[in-house]
Amino acid sequence: MTGREGGKGRRGDSAGAIRMRRLAALEALYPRFEDERTVVVTIMGAVAAELQSLGHRPSFFYLQHAMGLASSIGLGIALCRPELTVVVLDGDGSVLMNLGGLTTLGRYRPPNLVQLVFDNESLLSVGGFPTATATGADLAAIAGAADVPRTEKADTPEEVLAAYDRAIDAAEMTTIVAKVEDHYATPAETVGFVTPLGLLENRLQFARHLETLKGPRI
Amino acid sequence: MPVSVDHSRLIYDALKSHGVRLISALPETWLVHLVRFADEDPDTILVRLAKEEEGVGLSMGAHFAGVRSAMLMQNHGFLASVNGIVSGAQLFRVPLLMLITARGELGESDPWQTEGGLVTRHVLDALRIPREDLDAPEHVEERIAKAHVLAHSSNRPVALLLGRDLMWEPA
Repeated sequence: MTGREGGKGRRGDSAGAIRMRRLAALEALYPRFEDERTVVVTIMGAVAAELQSLGHRPSFFYLQHAMGLASSIGLGIALCRPELTVVVLDGDGSVLMNLGGLTTLGRYRPPNLVQLVFDNESLLSVGGFPTATATGADLAAIAGAADVPRTEKADTPEEVLAAYDRAIDAAEMTTIVAKVEDHYATPAETVGFVTPLGLLENRLQFARHLETLKGPRI
Repeated sequence: MPVSVDHSRLIYDALKSHGVRLISALPETWLVHLVRFADEDPDTILVRLAKEEEGVGLSMGAHFAGVRSAMLMQNHGFLASVNGIVSGAQLFRVPLLMLITARGELGESDPWQTEGGLVTRHVLDALRIPREDLDAPEHVEERIAKAHVLAHSSNRPVALLLGRDLMWEPA
């Protein structure tokens, strides 16, 4: 009997290799997020904390709960504001909680939406419980089968950046799945950078920012 | 006993007149014409969902983007959306205009709808979501207008319960 319980069974082919750190991938992408017409919706937990540690921008919305809905929020923005580039920073736990949402992304596939899934095979923020990607579920394959027009896998910060740039150039909705280590940047690594930004302050600032971006592309 | 085309049109026109440009929906029998009107309207973005909770995210995104939205769902879809409503729309103070078909109430002949009919209003009340019935054509326009105003002044969800007497008509 082959046990697949709790992530101790079959693992992906990158098991054992040293994976990239999510923070390194975010650092590589951050200059792209400085583009005025790029907005970022991120899930809660490590992704939000690490993105914020690189410097908050009014174009960043941190969905500090409502697991699974970051991609739905990104889809709503992308459909309503085709002149913007919308980036959703997602996670394996969140995507698994809203797998049906992938079919909605595939169905409407706005060309201005990029979904980057950081797959650490774990529900890290609640203590590190293995998700089904630890035992073989392949989110890029699932996204492709859900009819997302472009899917990519990226294993290094350079690959993440290159995959992101290809998605923008292709102007086709893309899901990028990046395997990352199940490591949460330590407080010492982010202290002094995290802004004491309230949930509502972030939400109001984000909406106000989108309002200022209205109008034709220059 | 077909679904009323005229009353569905009344509801749709009221949504349009209050600036709704994005409609998310997971169809059910009573919503068939409303979904069709949205689909046929080039000025409306219709998003057909896999699960109703996605619609909370769609409406949050639309609101952040400066676009007014409405959600079409059955009461069981509302029950399936509760976490998104609480930890999405309510936590982040986003208005939702939810049009919920009130299945499982008096006159319901489908046994599988009846449990949901018993709890829907209680769950709305527990979530402190203001609710109003849409059950006669005379007040459709006015109640949609008022629901819309309250959702946006409070930045919270508001529910309109679409009743059997409005949505069905004698053959």
